Amino acid sequence: MLDHILSALQALTANKVRSALTMLGVIIGVLAVTLLVSVGDGARAYIDKTLSGIGTNLLIVQPGRRETRGLGGPPTGNISRPLTMDDVTALKRQGTLLRDVSPIVAGGGAVRFENRQRDSTVFGVGAGFSDLRNMHVDVGSFIREEDLTARRRVAVVGRTVAKALFGNDSPLGRTVRISDGRFRIVGILEKKGTSLGFDLDDLVFIPATTASDLFHQDFLSQILTAARNKAEVQQAILQIEEVLARRRNGENEVTVQSQDDLIGVLGTVTSAMTAALLAIASVSLLVGGIGIMNIMLVSVRERTREIGVRRALGATRHDILLQFLIEALVLATVGGLIGLGIGGGLIAAVNSAAPDVPLKLSPWIATIAFGASFAVGIASGVVPARRAAQLDPVDALRYE
Amino acid sequence: MAAPAFAPHAPEEHEALIEVSGLERTFMVGDEPLTVLRGVDFTIPRGAYVAIIGPSGSGKSTLMYQLGCLDTPSAGTVRLAGYDIGSLDDAELAALRNRFIGFVFQAFNLLPRTTAVDNVALPLRYAGVGLRERRRRAREALGRVALSHREDHTPERLSGGERQRVAIARAIVTEPALLLCDEPTGNLDQKVGREIVELFERLNDELGVTVIIVTHDPALARRVRRVIKIVDGRLVHDGPPTADL
Repeated sequence: MLDHILSALQALTANKVRSALTMLGVIIGVLAVTLLVSVGDGARAYIDKTLSGIGTNLLIVQPGRRETRGLGGPPTGNISRPLTMDDVTALKRQGTLLRDVSPIVAGGGAVRFENRQRDSTVFGVGAGFSDLRNMHVDVGSFIREEDLTARRRVAVVGRTVAKALFGNDSPLGRTVRISDGRFRIVGILEKKGTSLGFDLDDLVFIPATTASDLFHQDFLSQILTAARNKAEVQQAILQIEEVLARRRNGENEVTVQSQDDLIGVLGTVTSAMTAALLAIASVSLLVGGIGIMNIMLVSVRERTREIGVRRALGATRHDILLQFLIEALVLATVGGLIGLGIGGGLIAAVNSAAPDVPLKLSPWIATIAFGASFAVGIASGVVPARRAAQLDPVDALRYE
Repeated sequence: MAAPAFAPHAPEEHEALIEVSGLERTFMVGDEPLTVLRGVDFTIPRGAYVAIIGPSGSGKSTLMYQLGCLDTPSAGTVRLAGYDIGSLDDAELAALRNRFIGFVFQAFNLLPRTTAVDNVALPLRYAGVGLRERRRRAREALGRVALSHREDHTPERLSGGERQRVAIARAIVTEPALLLCDEPTGNLDQKVGREIVELFERLNDELGVTVIIVTHDPALARRVRRVIKIVDGRLVHDGPPTADL
């Protein structure tokens, strides 16, 4: 076998330019597979990591009943009884499996200080939000329970908002205008950066009760809570549904999504994306394989006389078959290794230059890419090799 | 590589190296059968030095391919060292060629961009000999044709005569019983051609290898002890060279 590989290398180095050009097809194909699949895989890893980072065992209660769980806006349909602060209170009292409960009232609006203004997302939340979502203040304090009870006009702002309105001055204790209300800043959030394209520092939190007044919205957008531990997530969901149904004449009119549901849905999306990218990349690998087959067919024709000579010297059909098959295989796998090397190098370069870009080369991608180039070698070598092996030795020797 | 499954016995065990009897070969040209050999009989003992001559189209090339185990009879038999080649399969014929026959071609047919020593070692690869031993025996064979100083030259850097000597070294490296030479001087000038012929004569003398030269060169045919002449698919002369060749 080593003999076959050595003589294949000899034959291929004898025609360096042609071998290199033939290999180029596979190099590009494997490079495309490696890069595109790494993009898909990196994106999935990034989303997993990001969604795991927003909290632990989170549960999101939305008004309206929906049979299938998934991403998307609030469920449509007959929302006869929206979520209210009373629901939050009930869950706090009866939700023995829940760690904490926070109302959420989503709104938006211009936040103004003197002549400066920023359009930020404004959330009305409860005190529990900070721990549930892992968003803590590093200056001042977060919204407290008594702020909700007293409907105080206080706000906690993110770094981006603070910077836009106050520059390098401390915003603490200053008064800003949100919509048509005046709010005193009581806390500044620690820096979170962007996540899934969303600036987590461009947020303003106010008490949920105050937000209802401000946005003239009596109902909650969502209720955010969390199971005490991972094992109890499903029981916690049932408990939420039970507690809220009891307040709705036994009707289950809410949808509870778990953090795992979100990760699962996005995981499905990124897996589909990775598969699509792999399919696109495979086309270029296929083209590379056709290139090898083409060159091998030309090579068999050109070396017909050589095949005849080898047969005269004692080569069997099997020897000739192996010879050409291994040449195709060497072309494909060496091309594959080069493509993989370039891909790995590019990914390493991107990783060191821009650590934020979610791109990573997993061993399974490398294995698939190399395996694919091996398969391409076999597939593209079989036809030319069989043709070579089936040549009649006399015809081959006479070939001009 | 494993040794060939078919292991021919030593040629010494059979006195007549080649026995041809009633040999016919018919090709299909389109739907028409074309008979090229029409019943040829002869025997060649071990150690003989024979020329096969005939005009082009006479069937002498077809006869040569039969003797070289590259083709098999349509009727009649060809026996090489006792083996009826018509009864052997592809792998067995390949083993027979490898073991018993050394080919020398008009166009040399060396592998391009491959050193002389690797060209000479090639048949040993198909005999399942290890790389180191192949190289050693190839160098020895190159020594026999006085080309030790050209071992690492590729054919592109060798003269025509040197190329044919490399090809002869390749033919004798397996220590065959038969050297089958197809117009070996056809691509060489007269002086170099004479040197090649003298080399065949020396190998025939020193090694006792049977030499069959297929040629249409009368000068070459006159130097051998026995001439087989084929005309129109039939044997018309079998004996010492005559003046009217």
